[in-house]
Amino acid sequence: MTGLITEYGKLLLEAMGQTLIMALYSLLFACIVGLFFGMLSVLKNKPCNWIAQIFVDVIRGVPMIVLAFFVYFGIPYAFKSIFDIRFTIEPLQAGIICLSLNCGAYMAEIIRAGIQSVDIGQMEAARSLGLTYWKSMRKIVLPQAIKTMIPSIINQFIITLKDTSILSVIGFPELVNTAKSVISITHDSFKVWIIVGVMYLIVITILSKVAKILERKLNHDEK
Amino acid sequence: MKNENNVKIHVSHLKKNYGKLEVLKDINVDICEGEVVVILGPSGSGKSTFLRCLNRIEAITAGEVVVDGNHIDSKKIDINKVREKIGMVFQHFNLFNNLNVMQNLMLAPVETKQMNKEQAKAQALQMLKKVGLEDKADAYPSQLSGGQKQRVAIARSLCMNPDIMLFDEPTSALDPEMVGEVLQVMRDLAADGMTMVIVSHEIGFAREVADRVIFMDGGYIIEEGTPQEVILNPKEARTIDFFNKVL
Ligand SMILES: Nc1ncnc2c1ncn2[C@@H]1O[C@H](COP(=O)(O)OP(=O)(O)O)[C@@H](O)[C@H]1O
Ligand SMILES: [Mg+2]
Repeated sequence: MTGLITEYGKLLLEAMGQTLIMALYSLLFACIVGLFFGMLSVLKNKPCNWIAQIFVDVIRGVPMIVLAFFVYFGIPYAFKSIFDIRFTIEPLQAGIICLSLNCGAYMAEIIRAGIQSVDIGQMEAARSLGLTYWKSMRKIVLPQAIKTMIPSIINQFIITLKDTSILSVIGFPELVNTAKSVISITHDSFKVWIIVGVMYLIVITILSKVAKILERKLNHDEK
Repeated sequence: MKNENNVKIHVSHLKKNYGKLEVLKDINVDICEGEVVVILGPSGSGKSTFLRCLNRIEAITAGEVVVDGNHIDSKKIDINKVREKIGMVFQHFNLFNNLNVMQNLMLAPVETKQMNKEQAKAQALQMLKKVGLEDKADAYPSQLSGGQKQRVAIARSLCMNPDIMLFDEPTSALDPEMVGEVLQVMRDLAADGMTMVIVSHEIGFAREVADRVIFMDGGYIIEEGTPQEVILNPKEARTIDFFNKVL
């Protein structure tokens, strides 16, 4: 085991770095995607609600591995055969697109539920004072909604971090893919997968702990 | 009291539907400057809906509502500007839970009138004093009693310097011992000459403070007049029936 770690530890740590980079970018974009579609779904406008609903349903209904193949292979192929434009997507870019859309759809649902959990009277009181819809949203409704959303958001972030492993299928050198290469050299799949598993476990445990502290702090600020 | 020049709120042929349900059928009423109007009626008769149509928190289906010369349903007016002049007090207070009392009072003046923070704060303190809660400036809504919450809610509205105040059952969610303190604040406002439209079940308060009582039932105004006329000598069968039950 120690031999394996001294020999390939650095490689696996770098792969963990790549995994985290992909996860962090995806989370950032997922927040934007989620906020956008989440807001669309709470607006008093039927077409907006439909668009948000369709987006969420499609993403939820398609396995991410299919989405990954579609973005990585399908889209460049379509551009080549229809418009005769040749381009390739980097595995990192494709991975971030997939994860952002996937996590974004779940975030949209979390944000919608969070906003709807805030008593309608809060918005009415703000509007009755002459505040605009967006100002009421920003100053009154969202700050209260975010509190109820934090546990679900963190949960979703952890799922997204784990989902990066699915992107090994398009060849991004994240942790699982790198582990496979190591195994092809050492043939010791038992130990390598234990090491990889422990690495995920450590990172996710740290994340969960940070999340707990954050959550407690937020709930402590008032009252 | 009534004269064409000082009509503050003009409502004619107001209708409001929720889908197929007709909640307000044909409401016609003028409310004058400085007038205190109390609306009475059985639950479900459309009192809240009527009040909420006056500042377009609820969109109107047909008819017109004119507040201070502004047709509130017109595309040309900025409804937010009109709302600044109409305070609204809710049954369940609706204080902003994420803000403390001072922030509750400062938010709208700072955000809508670009009032500077010092000014807004000074004004907020003055309004808190008016409702007897200057020592609660730093408290959060969850730390206040129901009566205190409602007084803060009134102070919050007053910080916008409204011309009109709308009250939707302001004491209905309160424990009995707290009703008095809220009614006292409202009495003071009435004495200051504020134009007030109040939905309430406090018959005693209506008799004492109202210039005019409106009795609503089934989406119509059934009867209106002085408290003497409507409460003590009602003419319509439905009004008589209502007061027989509640008095
Ligand atoms: N948002 C709404 N959607 C559908 N129906 C409503 C809504 N608000 C009120 N109603 C209905 O309108 C009627 C009048 O309600 P309301 O104005 O609250 O009466 P009141 O305040 O006199 O008790 C009731 O039958 C109520 O169920
Ligand atoms: Mg009501």
